[in-house]
Amino acid sequence: MWALGLAVAASSTTNPLLLALLVAVAGYVVAVRRTRAPWDRSYGAFVKIALEVIGIRLVFAVFLGSPIPGTRTLFTLPEVPLPHWAEGVWLGGRVTAEGLVFALYDGLKLAALLICVGAANALANPARLLKSLPGALYEAGVAVAVAMTFAPHLVADVQRLRAARRLRGRSDGGLKALLQVGLPILEGALERSVALAAAMDARGYGRTARVPRAVRHTTTALSIGGLLGVCAGTYGLLAAEGAGYALPVLLAGLAAALGGLWLGRAALRAQPLPARPVGRARLAGRRVRGRGGGPDGLGGGSYAPTALRPPAIPLTAPTLPLWPAASVLLGLLPALVAPVPPDAVVRTGPDRRSAPDTRSGGTWRAHRAAATGAGTRPARRPPPARRTRAPNHQRRRPSGDQL
Amino acid sequence: MDEGELCLLVGPFGVGKSTLLGTVSGLVPHFSGGTLHGTVTVAGRDTRTHRPRELADVVGTVGQDPLAHFVTDTVEDELAYGMESLGLPPDTMRRRVEETLDLLGLAALRERPIATLSGGQQQRVAIGSVLTAHPRVLVLDEPTSALDPAAAEEVLAVLQRLVHDLGTTVLLAEHRLERVVQYADQVVVLPAPGEAPLVDEPAAMMAVSPVHPPVVALGRLAGWSPLPLSVRDARRRAGTLRDRLAPAPAATDESPPAAPGPAAPPAGRAEGLIVRRGRIDALRGVDLTVRPGESVALMGRNGAGKSTLLSAFVGLHEPAAGTVRVGDAVPHRTRPAELLRRLGLVTQEPRDLLYADTVAAECAAADRDGDAPPGTCRALVTGLLPGVADATHPPTHGTCPRGSGSRSRWPSSSPRARR
Repeated sequence: MWALGLAVAASSTTNPLLLALLVAVAGYVVAVRRTRAPWDRSYGAFVKIALEVIGIRLVFAVFLGSPIPGTRTLFTLPEVPLPHWAEGVWLGGRVTAEGLVFALYDGLKLAALLICVGAANALANPARLLKSLPGALYEAGVAVAVAMTFAPHLVADVQRLRAARRLRGRSDGGLKALLQVGLPILEGALERSVALAAAMDARGYGRTARVPRAVRHTTTALSIGGLLGVCAGTYGLLAAEGAGYALPVLLAGLAAALGGLWLGRAALRAQPLPARPVGRARLAGRRVRGRGGGPDGLGGGSYAPTALRPPAIPLTAPTLPLWPAASVLLGLLPALVAPVPPDAVVRTGPDRRSAPDTRSGGTWRAHRAAATGAGTRPARRPPPARRTRAPNHQRRRPSGDQL
Repeated sequence: MDEGELCLLVGPFGVGKSTLLGTVSGLVPHFSGGTLHGTVTVAGRDTRTHRPRELADVVGTVGQDPLAHFVTDTVEDELAYGMESLGLPPDTMRRRVEETLDLLGLAALRERPIATLSGGQQQRVAIGSVLTAHPRVLVLDEPTSALDPAAAEEVLAVLQRLVHDLGTTVLLAEHRLERVVQYADQVVVLPAPGEAPLVDEPAAMMAVSPVHPPVVALGRLAGWSPLPLSVRDARRRAGTLRDRLAPAPAATDESPPAAPGPAAPPAGRAEGLIVRRGRIDALRGVDLTVRPGESVALMGRNGAGKSTLLSAFVGLHEPAAGTVRVGDAVPHRTRPAELLRRLGLVTQEPRDLLYADTVAAECAAADRDGDAPPGTCRALVTGLLPGVADATHPPTHGTCPRGSGSRSRWPSSSPRARR
């Protein structure tokens, strides 16, 4: 929701200074609060895509012309005459400063949106987001979460099998190599899916609950309908056209989803593990509600419109509007409020197998205690390891390897 | 099996150990297909009428590849997953997660992504993830086969603790018997496919088992009874044997082959080799010289960079600094076909190297890769793995059980490279 707030803010302005500030805020929060989890690499990928979007937008503006009438011609490309059925499309021609600036602002807006999505991806585990789905959708959520791990595995498989091709003395580059490893990759993916399905079945996935049919169906309908409503409403808020219907749809969707959640909690067996008293994810939820003023203050153009959407005609230098900029800075809050992820503390070197148990265990524990607060964790019995003596074989010598 | 027992399942490859273990959790035949005669009862529930998910609260299953077992991607979520499926109340789940984290020594790893853990830690998480459901029986299929000795010790220590402290019943299949046989209360031997299993005390069973640890082989050779099950047992018995063997000094002098003199040009050489993988220096200033005819054993912990060093020699990693040479060739700049004439590498997952559908096709492809006369590879296969038909499909479960190691005996590089 933090990222969503930034994204809404980004979509409601084309002021490059504000957008740059937004990107900087998102980048800073990611930089100080990222973990070493596999999903945190997605941020870099999103930044790359964002840069490409700006580039493509500019290239299109240069070669395909721009509908923006401008007066300051920078240079003129030879114009390709097109048949009259392609009216409205032109290739080459005058390239004006106004057109380029308009394209740049437009691309920048889209890029900022992408970077916000990337930041959300990097900071939150997608599987954990899915876990906050309503209870009725729990099993569908697990299926989606499992499916999402498919792509990274596939990429790793391709790399491994191409390396293996090299070992057989075959070339590892080119399309042919990729096609030849295709079958083993699919085979491996299928086998992994079957193994995972077996493991999930053996661990109780899909145990049926003793719930009346009608209740189950109502729950599903409410949850899915509600989520669709929330999606449509959010889209309406982000898009320029949907201002009229967005809010009611969003609210109705929320109400339906909450209804489904309530029903599902009462009826279904499968419940996710509750978060510990103050987890990082919880805090992320709280901080968003705190900064609600940001997007609202920016939205709807209630603030001076020229400051938020600097016009391309006539060409003027954009100014930094004070209050919107200040509210964007509120987005920095998570960088200060959210606790440092434990990974950042344990990150000591390439060899991490013994780190958590011995070397940095003390600092980690101290940090954890500080983060959770004393006495908030449920009392638990002392670990048996300390209660009993070491098991026999630890005192014995290892057998086969020594022999 | 009685309650609280640690029962070890032993047998040659492909005899049906995994299938037998699968019948306990109900995955065989509900998931695998096939026909089941007779009955398997777990805690009073017949597996014919109960599907695996309905046995999830009494049986916990852990396989040899922990990564195939994980549904979620952080330690805590994984421990909770089984309980979520069982629909336990949130307070109970939280308490059991904390208990299990402490029991298995995973408390410091609770929020770590599973992918960043070592093999031993992953296997402990896998065991913990089934323990949180408080199963009556724990079924483990070669839980230490993919682990180095230290990580295997970690996992076995956990099993010991479960049996002794919690009274969990454990059914375990393991082919590295030397690691576990001394802890077993009972041993079940499956002598050959389709034959009736033999069940007895470990020492009695080891006397007849076709698969046995080296220390038992020594015991059989020396005619000891009862057979020793651990090195400590053997050492206590070895007094007389030591006296008998003492006056034979000549035998040890001949055994190592004469090392070639330092004059011979090295077959492979690394100097000040630094390899970076991502942000990590996987190798930092490695010097290594391998001379013709030499056998070098590379040892180190998980993640120490053994595989990276081997991969650097076959040109899979470009060095960040330093040099690596095979003969006079620079591996990462040499064409694969050319490099294959100088060295071959068999990877941990042999299946990656095999593409064809049948043994015959695979051998023909290997001959083409290595420019060898047709039939060369097939002759090598026959030498290494007698009695394999041309039409056999290399990765099938029946002939070459997955992960059991028999597949790594396939000569997957060209004949010349192997030589």
